[in-house]
Amino acid sequence: MKWVKRKHHPKLPPAELDIKSDILLVGHPNVGKSVLFSRITGIHTIASNYPGTTIGYTSGQMCFGELTYDVVDAPGTYSLEPLNVAARVTVDLIDEAVRIINVVDATHLERHLPMTIELLAQDKPIVIALNMSDEARHKGIEIDVKKLSQSLGVPVVPTVARTGFGIKDLIQKAFSLEIREQKIDKNETTHPGHHPHIPHHNKSQTAKNHEHLSEKDVWAKVGKIVDEVQTLHHHHHTFGERLEDLSVHPVFGGLTALLVLALSFLFIRAIGEFFISGKIGIFEQAWIKLPFGIETLFNVAWEPLMMKLSTLLGPGNFLHSLLIGTLVEGKIDFMQSFGLLTSGFFIPLGVVLPYIFSFYLVLSLLEDTGYLPRLAVFMDNIMHKVGLHGYAIIPTLLGLGCNVPGIIATRILETRRQRFITATLISISVPCAALQAMIIGLVGSRGVWPVALIYGILFISWIIIGIILRFTTRECKPELLIEIPPYRMPSFQALFSKLWMRIYGFLREALPIVIAAIFVVDILYLLKFFKYIAGFTAPIVTQLWGLPKEAIVPLLVGIMRKDVAVGMFAPLVLTTKQLITGSVILTMFFPCIATFVIMFRELKLKDGLKAIGIMLFSVLIIGTAVNFLLPG
Amino acid sequence: MSDKLLTELFSNEEAEVIEITGGRIVKTRLKSLGIIEGQKIRKISKVGLRGPVIVLINRAQLAIGFGMARRVVVRIK
Repeated sequence: MKWVKRKHHPKLPPAELDIKSDILLVGHPNVGKSVLFSRITGIHTIASNYPGTTIGYTSGQMCFGELTYDVVDAPGTYSLEPLNVAARVTVDLIDEAVRIINVVDATHLERHLPMTIELLAQDKPIVIALNMSDEARHKGIEIDVKKLSQSLGVPVVPTVARTGFGIKDLIQKAFSLEIREQKIDKNETTHPGHHPHIPHHNKSQTAKNHEHLSEKDVWAKVGKIVDEVQTLHHHHHTFGERLEDLSVHPVFGGLTALLVLALSFLFIRAIGEFFISGKIGIFEQAWIKLPFGIETLFNVAWEPLMMKLSTLLGPGNFLHSLLIGTLVEGKIDFMQSFGLLTSGFFIPLGVVLPYIFSFYLVLSLLEDTGYLPRLAVFMDNIMHKVGLHGYAIIPTLLGLGCNVPGIIATRILETRRQRFITATLISISVPCAALQAMIIGLVGSRGVWPVALIYGILFISWIIIGIILRFTTRECKPELLIEIPPYRMPSFQALFSKLWMRIYGFLREALPIVIAAIFVVDILYLLKFFKYIAGFTAPIVTQLWGLPKEAIVPLLVGIMRKDVAVGMFAPLVLTTKQLITGSVILTMFFPCIATFVIMFRELKLKDGLKAIGIMLFSVLIIGTAVNFLLPG
Repeated sequence: MSDKLLTELFSNEEAEVIEITGGRIVKTRLKSLGIIEGQKIRKISKVGLRGPVIVLINRAQLAIGFGMARRVVVRIK
């Protein structure tokens, strides 16, 4: 049956891999599979309170008795009908699984059991994790676990993945399941010229002796089971539920969305600045200025050391240019010197890292409380303008941290067209946190309004490019359809472990590239390579964009790291207008190498090239427009 | 009594899903979130300018895009 369905959706990309698992976690989006997975394997995964956090799947290992077993966390899916990538991946994972843990939400049993029944028909050993059983109790929902287990014919274990309650019992039940002999027919699979999907036909045959239910019967059966096992007690409206009602209210909900966005922005800025300079306050004015901060640390502790090294090496020397860089008025300028040990450390650690921390702190809070789906609801109208629906705001927000996870997250959208538009828009006009930190650091010294103008121009380009893409890529209108999870108090342990994973990811992946980028830049400078390029591209850079011809150097370096590239604007002595044009062009011009790779992986060659074409065209037009329209 | 589209329902009105007019993909997507014929549904809120409709079914909140909510025919009891 699956094979036939697949034929109907030739546009869907093939599922990535067939992977064998001893335990496979399957369930709806946002039921806590990833938290459960972390509990079982000890591997930290990114979990949030919105549907679709796990894209693709995560695999890990666990020990039970003397053996290790492979555990796989499938992406959340509402049904096994392969309508989207997540369901396709899940179906393939099920085929390769020895036993399944079906994770269901105890607070919404009736909505989860239809898929459980679909899973039972797959004829695999199954145990059910009745997750969030604590939340169910708080909401006055009582479930007779024994009866449920009898009606379904499989073991049911109440769990609370967040605290670890019931996990041991769940694992024990999973391993005491009887593993039937898999009748995967060796003669069939080794048959030459056979379609690789042939085993699925056999699956449907083995499933035949299982009761086959029509859709209506499934829902009727679920209704009957739920009536038997579930008792609802009256409970008072909690504070959380009042907030839930308020945040989807036609008027207050919209205001809340604006407030949340504005506060998030202010918090990110305030926390970032606090770590950099020890200043507590918003914008320019500081309420309190503490005598520490990463910047102060660099100036007080690192600079004298570097100055000693500088005199030791002697300026003008090759090693000096490489390690210390150029001295500005006889002193080291961490933004401008561009040596491996000066700017190479200062840019990632002194400017970018504080903002990475503050951005992901705020994002994680929004994710874990469950606000993001509500934001998606109020963004639906705007997103329709660019040919998307509200849920596309989630990859876009992730893109504001780093374009790479943002583009990967476009998989939560249903159609290829939506993924293309969202990814293209992210790569062109969504600046990542590292880039924003540097823009705020460099352009912010000229005042608040130039920074605001850069954001404004990028937002307008996002809308314009989006509208053009909407009308040039034809397909039926996308529609939002999401489950809005209840608000949950974030578990601070989980929140900080997620934050740490993201910061560690930045340090591990970005730091080496930053240092490599500065190394390459220094070498190329010494070889006078940029002089040739600058002469070649001068007409566009000077005539159309109004920048000095040397500005092509940071634009090219931006292909490696955008934050390093912004730093290279510093020695060029640009006017405020040139800084604005330059920052906009730098954001839009070629995405950094990591984004580039991911874009081609996600969009495939043809659409990837299309996106690059759109990018080149947009940067040319918008860069020129900003240069000619912005008063000097 | 009277059939309406989900988009025409007032906030806090409760109704029963009578029919889903739409293609297979629309039906499957709605079904996967529990919106099927015979299902009781309560509208909680909506976003203006043809924005999404927010409903409560089986105690879960769902947001349904305007274009899709228009495909759901409901009957007020």
